[in-house]
Parts: sequence; C-alpha cells; structure tokens
Amino acid sequence: GPLSERPLMEVRLGELHTWASTCSFSAQGLLGAVQRAWGSYCAKYIHVKQGGPAGISMLLAGYCLLSYGWNYQHFSKASYLRNS
Amino acid sequence: VLHTTRPLHTTQQSLAPVPPLPEKGGEVRHGLIPEEFFQFLYPKTGVTGPYMLGTGLLLYLLSKEIYVVNHETAAAACILTVIVYAIKKFGPNVAAFADKLNEEKMASALAMKNDTIQTLQTAIEEEKKEQWRAEGRSYLFDAKRNNIAMLLEANYRERLLTVYNEVKKRLDYQVALQNLKRQKEQDHMIQWVEKNVVQSITPQQQKESIAKCILDLKALSKSAHATV
Repeated sequence: GPLSERPLMEVRLGELHTWASTCSFSAQGLLGAVQRAWGSYCAKYIHVKQGGPAGISMLLAGYCLLSYGWNYQHFSKASYLRNS
Repeated sequence: VLHTTRPLHTTQQSLAPVPPLPEKGGEVRHGLIPEEFFQFLYPKTGVTGPYMLGTGLLLYLLSKEIYVVNHETAAAACILTVIVYAIKKFGPNVAAFADKLNEEKMASALAMKNDTIQTLQTAIEEEKKEQWRAEGRSYLFDAKRNNIAMLLEANYRERLLTVYNEVKKRLDYQVALQNLKRQKEQDHMIQWVEKNVVQSITPQQQKESIAKCILDLKALSKSAHATV
C-alpha cells in the first residue's frame, strides 16, 4: 500500500528516508504519532486477557535506561572523582 | 476506568459489541525483549544472533565505561534477583486469582442475562395466556347480559305486583264504602220504622192489645189443660 499508511515495522530500511519525509512533524502530527504508538503498545501487551510481567517490565526497563541516560553526567563525574 | 488509549468506534460502521480482548499478549522473551526482535535477526544471524549482539553490547558498554559500575549496580542486581524470584514463585497464584475474579464477573453477568431472558420468557407465556383468556369475553358478556335481563324482569314483576295491590286496595275501599252506606241506610230505616211504630201505639190500643193477649192466653191454657 501507500508509504505513509503502513505501520513503521513494515517499512523497509531503504525506504526509511522517504517515509520520514512523508510524515508530518507538526505538534499535532507528533502528538498523534505518540498517541498511536502508546495505543498500539497498550493493545498488544496490556489489554489482553492473560498478560504476563512483560507489559510493565518493558516500561520499567525503558524508564531505567532513560533515567540512566539523563543522569549520565552525574554517574561519570562521581566515578572519576571518587577514585577508589 | 475508561481506557481512552484504545480506539473505539473508529470506522464508520462500528461493530455494536466491542470485540473481545485477545487471549495472549505479544510474545516477549526473558520478560524484556519482544519476540519480533529475534525474528527480525533470525534470517541473517540465526538463533544465537541476538544473544551475541547482547553480550557484545554489554561488554562494549562496560569496557568503555559508558555504564559505570557503582554501588547502585549492586543494589540493582539484588533487587532484580528478588523480583525475578518473586515473579517465578508467585506468578501463577496471582494469575489464578485474577482469572477467578474475571470468572466471577463473567458468571454474574451471565446469570443476569439468563435471569432477564427467563423473566421475559415467563412474561411472554403470561401474555399468551391473557390473550387466550380474552377470547372468552363473549361468554362473559352473555352472562352479564343474562344477569341484567333477570334484574329487569324481577323489577318489572315487583312493580306489577305493587300496582295490582294498590288497585285492589282502592277497589276494596270503594266496595267497603258502598256496603257501609247500605248498612247504615238499613239500620237507620229500621230504627225509624220501629220508632214510628212504637210512637203510633197509643195507650188505648195498648190496653186493648193487652186484654186480647190475656184472652188468648186463657184460651190457650184451656186447650193446654185439655190435652194434659
């Protein structure tokens, strides 16, 4: 089908830059994209009859990584200065 | 709680009952990495590809000090061990409990639905029975008509009797009146005649009649003596 209508997982690597040119980078477009991504994640891993620990654990792992990334300066500065 | 993240009625002709939830969620390996990642790398690197990628990445992060090992690493390791152990041990119990809750909700909803269906069935049967009863209304009206006719007849006969009695009373009165009048006339005439007769008897006539009576009596006594 048309490039912009397909979900991101079905876009080939070679077509990635054309796909990036078609999607709208306005605030509304970005908000819509975030909402759709969150909705698809929920529908796949959380709103099921027999979900396991996978749904929340992936969110927690993502949060851990993000927080490590935000505090990286603090971590690297502490290790260098402690010198133990 | 309304999950606004799940789109409802997105198409023009939306299905009236919302489709049921899928049974199982997306496959996730080791609780963290979705299965799609392994499938994505399988054609190029086979089965061990993602694991080699993971190990290489980890060693790279550690050696380049992109991930520094400090006291928080030990804390994270302990916490992760405890969490994994807890999930492995109590996971099935919690799942069974949640399933039981769900089952109860479904059972109550189903029971409500069945009860409603049952009440509606009985209502239908009652209605049919009422319709059958309504067919007999001709008999009911006939009986009522008969009753009313009987009442009218009884009333009519009662009044007839009253009329007859009243008329008889008046006629009897007239008859009694005439009888009384005749009686009174008779009595009055008799009295009047007697009074006149008594008045007409003068003393002279009275003496003559007494003497005649004595003579008659003597004759009679003579004849009586003769017979005895």
